[in-house]
Amino acid sequence: MPQDVFAPWLDPDANPIIQFKNVTKKFGDFAAVDDLTIDIYEREFFALLGPSGCGKTTMMRMLAGFEAPTEGHILLSGQDMAPVPPNKRAVNMMFQSYALFPHLSVWNNIAFGLRRNGLPKDEIAARVDEMLRLTRLEKFARRKPHQISGGQRQRVALARSLAKAPKLLLLDEPLGALDKKLRQETQFELMDIQEKTGTTFVIVTHDQEEAMTVASRVAVMDHGKIVQVATPPDIYETPNSTYVADFIGDVNLIEGKAGAMDGDKLAISWGEGLADIIGTPHTNFDKGQTVYFAIRPEKVTITHDKPANPIAFRGKVLDIAYLGNLSTYHVELPNGQIIKAQTANNRRISRRGFTWEDKVWVSWTDTAGVLLEN
Amino acid sequence: MRRLILIAVPYIWLLALFLVPFIIVLKIALSDAWLAIPPYVPTLDISAGWAGFKDFLSGLDFENFIFLTEDDLYWKAYLSSLKIAAISTLFTLLVGYPIAYGMAKAPDEWRPTLLMLVILPFWTSFLIRVYSWMGILSQEGYLNQTLMSLGLISEPLIILNTNAAVYIGIVYTYLPFMILPIYSALEKLDASLIEAAEDLGCSRLSAFWLVTIPLSKQGIIAGCFLVFIPTIGEFVIPSLLGGSQTLMIGKVLWEEFFSNRDWPVASAVAVILLLILVIPIILFQRNEQKQREANE
Ligand SMILES: Nc1ncnc2c1ncn2[C@@H]1O[C@H](COP(=O)(O)OP(=O)(O)O)[C@@H](O)[C@H]1O
Ligand SMILES: [Mg+2]
Repeated sequence: MPQDVFAPWLDPDANPIIQFKNVTKKFGDFAAVDDLTIDIYEREFFALLGPSGCGKTTMMRMLAGFEAPTEGHILLSGQDMAPVPPNKRAVNMMFQSYALFPHLSVWNNIAFGLRRNGLPKDEIAARVDEMLRLTRLEKFARRKPHQISGGQRQRVALARSLAKAPKLLLLDEPLGALDKKLRQETQFELMDIQEKTGTTFVIVTHDQEEAMTVASRVAVMDHGKIVQVATPPDIYETPNSTYVADFIGDVNLIEGKAGAMDGDKLAISWGEGLADIIGTPHTNFDKGQTVYFAIRPEKVTITHDKPANPIAFRGKVLDIAYLGNLSTYHVELPNGQIIKAQTANNRRISRRGFTWEDKVWVSWTDTAGVLLEN
Repeated sequence: MRRLILIAVPYIWLLALFLVPFIIVLKIALSDAWLAIPPYVPTLDISAGWAGFKDFLSGLDFENFIFLTEDDLYWKAYLSSLKIAAISTLFTLLVGYPIAYGMAKAPDEWRPTLLMLVILPFWTSFLIRVYSWMGILSQEGYLNQTLMSLGLISEPLIILNTNAAVYIGIVYTYLPFMILPIYSALEKLDASLIEAAEDLGCSRLSAFWLVTIPLSKQGIIAGCFLVFIPTIGEFVIPSLLGGSQTLMIGKVLWEEFFSNRDWPVASAVAVILLLILVIPIILFQRNEQKQREANE
């Protein structure tokens, strides 16, 4: 592996900056975070992804020190954080609501944390100005938070949490309140700032596109547990469960029964009168076991004529979703299964080949999909 | 036309309920005391027409106001009232703020009950409540009985008929006026701001000083004015709980009117009191205005 690839999680000697060790957080009987173990490394841009209420904010609040784990330990640079109060942690948080101080100007909001360190005045001023430049807020330094736009407020919150140069920055749905366009811009800005400052970022989001865009690794959570941690390409191409496959992007899920292994290939029988699906499993499947075959729509080819490919099924076009750059076709197979196939629209609309009720073939290669147990 | 009426209503209100009584009082303040009914001259003789009005005007003078500056009783009473009002406002704030804070931090389902408890005393007569303080604070009162039976003191404390009793009475009476505006400011305060302050290195205490207090400032100011303004002219509490050395302008006013029957001097005292009150009232209005703007 080349030197410049950033993947400390593959290096057995690397020391994680954050370690969750069997951390459980209960509110009453309800476990918001459930026996969670994870390592996060320095300079990572780590994304926590999951539906609302799955415990992302709770995890962040435990890192920042606002909640104590019911069980387990959280280590920061190897040191147990349990006895350290929030104001003594080298961790800063950017709040979901921004939590800007309404009575202070933008400048004073950013200076707030620096003042607590008792730095000399000119050092504070220099640092605040640096932060203002970094977040392009120079013009708004004198304004109060209610006198600036949502996007600017979000940048003030970021500048304020970065000002103390924390080892670790926690961002709780930082872009939730922004519209799509501003959001995408800001994602790139965040990555840029993360790279420039070398801070470890942990970002919470429920937007899978956002997680995929910014993160070095993504952790998908469900009901207080981490289901999978992997790089964006890995989590997209090789999800470890139907939950992850379904949560990240669009997917076709086909339930079937495992047949016999043939070399590294496995045949899946999945419908009467339909040919078996041949897949390449990464884990062992017993004969007769239930298998879920997951394949991304863009890996399904749609053609008028029978393709040379052996894994091909006949069906008819049920629905077409035209997205501009892409089109998604919903193709119904004889057993009622709907297969989504996506093609790039690199030709003009008049020359596109398929329309409703067309008889078509859908096909894919035997390595295009993933075989999942649950 | 409709707009005109809408604008006219508050002005007519002000005219009828403030300006007219004020002019009547001012007129009396410019008159001289006289043994008559009413006990002052000149009185306006409407039947004499224009000449009567001129006569009446020439009879008015500033004698009484000059008298107020000559006898040091009056300005001492004003100063003492301001001092007592200021000190009791401070005490009320010190007692009221923690209560308001506790209420704002209480679980949601408790808050209506707590609010109710603050307002509840208003539903009983103010006089009865002040009298019952006499029962508590007197030498044989409940407070002394309790302290003595606990063995904390051997001699009864003398509280009633001192300034201390006045402070207790004022703090007790005006506490809700302090609690309610502060509570409403604290209730709106976003808890994540305190967490943000702690996250940025504040201890609990400094987060309180740097975030909670500044963000409840408007409530504090409103509460202080609501206590300070009526306390300056307070009459019932100092006369029932205070002693002979308790000097307050409300008491002086009462004595001029009813003991000396010197209406003109009493009116002059009242006019000056009003002028003194105008300043804090304007400041209070300005604070309210600011608050409204901040909420928009
Ligand atoms: N202080 C609390 N008291 C009780 N339950 C809570 C508290 N904080 C969070 N929860 C519960 O824990 C679960 C996870 O919440 P949270 O971490 O905020 O989710 P997320 O940020 O992923 O949307 C939710 O079901 C929420 O209701
Ligand atoms: Mg959340």
